[in-house]
Amino acid sequence: MSETIAKTKAQSLLDWIDERFPLTSGWKAHLSEYYAPKNFNFWYFFGSLALLVLVVQIITGIFLVMHFKPDASLNASGIPVAFASVEYIMRDVPWGWLIRYMHSTGASAFFIVVYMHMFRGMLYGSYRKPRELIWIFGMMIFLCLMAEAFFGYLLPWGQMSYWGAQVIVNLFSAIPFVGPDLSLWLRGDYVVGDATLNRFFAFHVIAVPLVLVGLVVAHIIALHEVGSNNPDGIEIKKKKGPDGIPLDGIPFHPYYSVKDIVGVVVFLIVFSIIIFFAPEAGGYFIEANNFFPADPLQTPPHIAPVWYFTPFYSILRAVTYPLFGVDAKFWGVVAMGASAIIFVFLPWLDRSPVKSIRYRGPLYKGFLAAFLVSFFILGYLGVLPPTPDRTLVSQICALVYFAFFLLMPIYSSIDKCKPEPDRVTCK
Amino acid sequence: MQMKRFLALILLVPLLAMASGPELHLDHAPDRSQDKAALQNGAKIFVNYCLNCHSASYMRYNRLHDIGLSDQQIKDNLLFTADKVGETMRVAMRRADAKAWFGAPPPDLTVIARARGSEFGSGADWLYTYLRTFYRDEERPTGWNNLVFQNVGMPHVLWEFQGDQVLGEDHQLKLVKPGKMSPKEYDDMVADLVGFLQYMGEPAANSRKHLGWIVLAFLAVLLVFSYALKRNYWKDIH
Repeated sequence: MSETIAKTKAQSLLDWIDERFPLTSGWKAHLSEYYAPKNFNFWYFFGSLALLVLVVQIITGIFLVMHFKPDASLNASGIPVAFASVEYIMRDVPWGWLIRYMHSTGASAFFIVVYMHMFRGMLYGSYRKPRELIWIFGMMIFLCLMAEAFFGYLLPWGQMSYWGAQVIVNLFSAIPFVGPDLSLWLRGDYVVGDATLNRFFAFHVIAVPLVLVGLVVAHIIALHEVGSNNPDGIEIKKKKGPDGIPLDGIPFHPYYSVKDIVGVVVFLIVFSIIIFFAPEAGGYFIEANNFFPADPLQTPPHIAPVWYFTPFYSILRAVTYPLFGVDAKFWGVVAMGASAIIFVFLPWLDRSPVKSIRYRGPLYKGFLAAFLVSFFILGYLGVLPPTPDRTLVSQICALVYFAFFLLMPIYSSIDKCKPEPDRVTCK
Repeated sequence: MQMKRFLALILLVPLLAMASGPELHLDHAPDRSQDKAALQNGAKIFVNYCLNCHSASYMRYNRLHDIGLSDQQIKDNLLFTADKVGETMRVAMRRADAKAWFGAPPPDLTVIARARGSEFGSGADWLYTYLRTFYRDEERPTGWNNLVFQNVGMPHVLWEFQGDQVLGEDHQLKLVKPGKMSPKEYDDMVADLVGFLQYMGEPAANSRKHLGWIVLAFLAVLLVFSYALKRNYWKDIH
C-alpha cells in the first residue's frame, strides 16, 4: 500500500521534471535505448576510460588548485613559491600526496588511454563516413589535451618544467618575421617567468578544460547521432528487426555500462599500481630533474619532453635542412605541427572499400605496422639526446610516419581486401 | 591471433634500438627504509653535519614522528636551528653569504634523493656514491674534489670519519690517511644518512605502499563482483 503511494509520488516527480527537462527521453536516447553493436572487444574500453580519467583529472585538479600557488618569486629559503607549494601538498596537506600522484599519473594515463582509443579508430576505420565529425572532434580533443598537458607541466616549476616550456615557446620564434614577437607575447616576458607561470596556470585550470569538456560533449553527441562502429567495420543500422532496433545492437545500458565497469576496475588496478608503488614510473611520469627548482641561470645538459610528446618532438628534431632560405628549425616546427594534425584528414585519405583491419589487404596492414613501429621508435628517440645516427633513424621514421598518411589514397584503393560479412561476428 | 603477436613484436623493437652516453658508475645504496634505528641515526647525522649549510625547508621537525621520534626527543636532540617542533628545517646562514663563500648557495636537500635519480641509478645510489668518493685535490679552493660531482663546491664535511682519499693514476681512490671510522663503519654511516635523505624526499612513501596493498585488495574483490555482474547480464547475448 505505502509502496504504491511512494511509487506514484516518484512517478509524479519524474513527470514534473519530464515536462520541463528531457530527463527520461535523454536517458533513453543516450543509455537505455542507445543501441551499440554487441561485438565490442578490448579496444572499446578506452572511450569510457578516457572519460573516467577526465573526471579524475578535474576533481583532483580542483583540490590541487586549493593549495597550489602559481608564484615564481623566491621564499625565505630561496625556493620558488610554486615549487614549494607542490611539496607542501606532498607533505602537509592531508592526502595531498595521493591527490597529486593521481593527477600526475592521470596525465600520463590520459595519453595512454587516448592513444589506444585513437589506434582503435585506425584499426577498425571508425573515422570513415559517416563518423568524420566524431573523428574531427576527437582530434581537437587530442590537440587540447596536448596543450593542457604542456601548460600543466610548467606549474610545478621544476627544472624540466621551466626548460621544457622555454624550448617549446622558443620554437615559435622560428616563424619568419613575427616569430620573436610572437614568443615574447606568449611568454609575457623575455624569459619564462612569473608572467608565464600565471598565464599557463589560467590556461591550464580554466580555458583549456572548458574547451575540452565542450569538445567531449560534442564528440559524444556526434557519436550517438550516427551510432558506434564495431570491430567488423559494418553498419548495424543496415539490418534492423521489425521493431526498428538493429539486430546486432544491444542497449548501452545495462550491457555496456556493466561491461565498462569491469574495464574501469582493471584500469584502476593498473592505475593504483603506479600511484602506490611507482608514482615516478621510472622517471617517465615524473622526471627526477623536476625535483630541482627552476633555475633560469642553469640549463640542464639534456632537455627532454615527457614521454607522450616525444614522437612529435623527434620529428621536430629530425628536420635538419633549411628550405627556401628559411631556417631548418622553422620547418621542424611545421613538420611537428603537421604530424599531430595530419590525423584529421584520415577520413578523406582512406579510399579502402572496407573499414576494419579484419578485411583489409596486406598493403594497409603493412603500412599500419610500419607507422606503428616508427611511432614507437620516434617516441623512444625523443627522450634521448640526439646523435648523428639517431637523427638519421628519426629521419627515416618520420618519412615512414608521413608516408602512411600521404600514400594512403593510393595503397588503400589498390589493396586486396576480403569481403565484409553481412552481420557482425563475435570473436 | 596473429594481430597480437604482431603488436607484441612492435613493442619490443624500440628496446633493441641504441642506448649510449657517458657512463657513471654508482654503488648501490643499502635499503634503510624499514629500519627506524638507522633512519634516526641518519636524522642525527643530517641535523649535525648537513643542516648547518643545507636547508630542508619543506620538512617539519615533528614529521620525524614517522621514524619513531617523539616531540621531546626531537626537542632534546635535534632542534638546533628552530624553536618549535612544528617548524621546517631552515638554516640561519644568509643566502648572499652562502653564495660568496661557496660560489653557489648550498641547495635545499629535502627532495635531493628524488632529484638525483638518473638512468645510472636511483637518487640514493648517487648520494651514497657521492658521499664516499671525496678525494684530496690541491687545485680546488676547498682542497677537495669528487668522483661523481666534478669540481664540487662543498668540502668533505665528513672527512674526519672517512679520512683522506687520493685519486691514483689508475683512476682508483686510495685511502692514504684513515679517519675515525673503518671504511665499513663509514659506509654504514653514509647508508644511514642516505636512508634518511631518501625518507625525507617522500615521507609518505611507506604509508603509500602500505595503503597500496589495501587498495589493490579492495579492487581485486571489486573485479570479481563486477565481472560476475557482467557475466550475468551478458549470458543471453550471443
